[in-house]
Amino acid sequence: MPIIEARDLTYTYPGGTQSAIKNMSLTIEKGDFVILTGPSGCGKTTLCRCFNGLIPQFYSGKLEGELTVVGLNVVNHQIYEMACLVGLVFQNPENQLFALSVEKDVAFGLENLGLPREEMRNRVDWALQMTGIEELRERAPHELSGGQQQRVAIACVLAMQPEIMVLDEPTSFLDPLGAQKIFEVISELNRKLGITVVLVEHRLDLASKYANHVIVMNEGTVALDGRPREVFDSESARLIGVGIPKATRLWNMLRQRGIHLDGAPVNSEEAIQILRGALKRD
Amino acid sequence: MIEVKDVRFIYPTGVEALRGVSLTIRDGEFVAIMGSNGAGKTTLVKHFNGLLKPTKGDILVDGVNTRKESIAHLARRVGFVFQNPDHQLFCETAEEEIAFALKNFGFDEATVGTRANWALNLLDIEQYRQTSPFMLSGGERKRLALASVLAWDPKVVVLDEPTIGQDFEQKEKLRQFIVQLNAQGKTVVVVTHDVEFVADCAPRVVLMAEGKIVADGEAKEILTNKELAFKASIVPPQITQILLGLADFGLPTDIIDVHEAGKLLLSFLKEEVVL
Amino acid sequence: MSVFEGFRFRRVSSSIHRLDPRVKFLYVLVIFGIAIAFFEVLPLIFLFLIQIPFVLVASVQREWIRSLKGASFLASFIFIVNFALAYFGGTYPTSMSPWEYPLAMSLRFLVLVESFSVFFLTTSPDHLSLALEQSHVPYEFCFAFTTAVRFVPVLAEEAQTIMDAQKARGLELERGNFLKRVRNYIPVLIPLIVSAIRRSLELAETMESRAWGATKKRTNLYVLKMKSADYVMIAVSIGLLILGIYIRLSISIPSLTMLLT
Repeated sequence: MPIIEARDLTYTYPGGTQSAIKNMSLTIEKGDFVILTGPSGCGKTTLCRCFNGLIPQFYSGKLEGELTVVGLNVVNHQIYEMACLVGLVFQNPENQLFALSVEKDVAFGLENLGLPREEMRNRVDWALQMTGIEELRERAPHELSGGQQQRVAIACVLAMQPEIMVLDEPTSFLDPLGAQKIFEVISELNRKLGITVVLVEHRLDLASKYANHVIVMNEGTVALDGRPREVFDSESARLIGVGIPKATRLWNMLRQRGIHLDGAPVNSEEAIQILRGALKRD
Repeated sequence: MIEVKDVRFIYPTGVEALRGVSLTIRDGEFVAIMGSNGAGKTTLVKHFNGLLKPTKGDILVDGVNTRKESIAHLARRVGFVFQNPDHQLFCETAEEEIAFALKNFGFDEATVGTRANWALNLLDIEQYRQTSPFMLSGGERKRLALASVLAWDPKVVVLDEPTIGQDFEQKEKLRQFIVQLNAQGKTVVVVTHDVEFVADCAPRVVLMAEGKIVADGEAKEILTNKELAFKASIVPPQITQILLGLADFGLPTDIIDVHEAGKLLLSFLKEEVVL
Repeated sequence: MSVFEGFRFRRVSSSIHRLDPRVKFLYVLVIFGIAIAFFEVLPLIFLFLIQIPFVLVASVQREWIRSLKGASFLASFIFIVNFALAYFGGTYPTSMSPWEYPLAMSLRFLVLVESFSVFFLTTSPDHLSLALEQSHVPYEFCFAFTTAVRFVPVLAEEAQTIMDAQKARGLELERGNFLKRVRNYIPVLIPLIVSAIRRSLELAETMESRAWGATKKRTNLYVLKMKSADYVMIAVSIGLLILGIYIRLSISIPSLTMLLT
């Protein structure tokens, strides 16, 4: 059941000479964990902002084509209406936290919605628990590390109980271990709560193992769209300049020399499994 | 040459960021300083151009104690490319931006012009000469910041987390550029937590954890050591992870390069195929 | 910057910290009112001294003393100006010696500063914002206030980073005459301002994405409820006010000069 459907989506920023996205069409199913990737400037960030209405409401300009998110035509709804369906997590953790305690920040969206106090308390407790940051409840955002701040940002969005969570390069400022923690949290939300995830990432070696759907964008439109194996294995991915996981590259290398192994791993665990099988075969 | 002699550093807030660090970086070396966020990497390199002065211990740059020289003097020799170029850009044109540092260091007008030209061309941003830095894209601003540092031709170039927010192509170009810089004789110090990037360049690696140096040696040895990786909270490169998972088959595990790993596996698998 | 330390909230819990900010503010207003009503030294000394038990109970002595040090500079300035006017201009109550009136003026200033200092030292910005909200100040202002407080340390750090970045390009902030020094700060100010603007844009995006403006009836996770301690404090404040009015209207206060001679 598609939860996001885009048809011929085109958008130009006001004052821009070129369209940021041109004639984009894609379908995302409910429960998908999508990785959205592509070279800098390909339109990934623009697309994310269309999903919750920031484009065209906040950025003005005209959004052409059709975009249906959770059954709603984005153009006809206010951003605050979309906020309960689509949550957005941004790149810079620092600029997503305004309050002086984590608890208050997580409640921010709920306060905006005018929810009763009892319900807010429950949701805040729940969100803190699901993201594993209960012990940070009373802390001030400035005291937290980047990774902790980003988990708070995810909790803030989670508290609004969206059906879709869109994350725009959330691990840019984090080290690999911090990034891994974030991916694990998001993956859990996807598996346990069925939240559809759209993750914009460059670090495919770390992120690809969680995804079941990869969309590669280039110059404002969809270049590749399919399962991780298919996409990373394709020659076009390499030509576009996407950071293909080393495991996949290894497979390609072996294949070029005449060794055809099963599968097409995107991470080290899969590669190890397949190789162990191949090496045992004697 | 940069000598770090048993340096301890405590921030005014009381945080002890460096707890006895000793290190020597010789001219022409290519060093990657690695470790998780908070290990003390950036604090350490900020001592190289005098931005920070050690609480205890000494730093000598080309034999001169950093306590005895001004930051401007040290910066002439040790160029620092900060993580966020937006913390530096303020001029009306890219050309002026590059000229800023040159003027500060006392170069005469003619030299400023020549050097600015050279730097713009080197980083492939000549066409933006008269453009406002604020109009450039993220990647172009990073190149401008790098150009403005190279313009004054420092002996040592320190790059703080240069790969953050960059896509694959940009990282590749950057890697090639840095390798070339080093080949031309510059001492290059890169502070990074990007293991794959380091695995591709294979420089000398200085691994830090909790304000101390826990390892110092070849990238190959350090990145493939499981205990060290755990201690310093870093993740080994994917290729190494794969080989480590096959260690009981007798394969060597000290490989970080994908081509080497390919050749190795080829020989192992072909043996079996032939058999 | 140390004078500002005397106003910055520290996360400590004491009975004073737990008082409702509105009640504390009422107390400060009462002190303010009484202080203005008197120009005799004795009552002002008394007003100054009543702050002290509050300071001690709240354990904020160190910061409070620091704000005192900062304020005393301006207080002595007030003293000198008033003394000059009184001594040479002859405009002071004849029951006092010429130094008593200026002393009273500077004391009055200190009382005002110090009572505000206690207020800010014992009230978290969160609490303050909540009090404003419950006093029907439009939410936009309360939000702007807490967000500003939240970002002060962030901006301070960023300013430091920018200064480091420019120093690493040879900028020498300490060199040159006054004019040159001011111009030297342009490479620090512009990136700081540009960064602040970018930051605001990102903050706005986040706010919108979290349903900002969804309803006019915004709720709050916390609510300030008056407790018995608050009512006691209100009683104390009103009591003080009545006492002050009574003394002002019916008792003539001896001047310090008269007492000493």
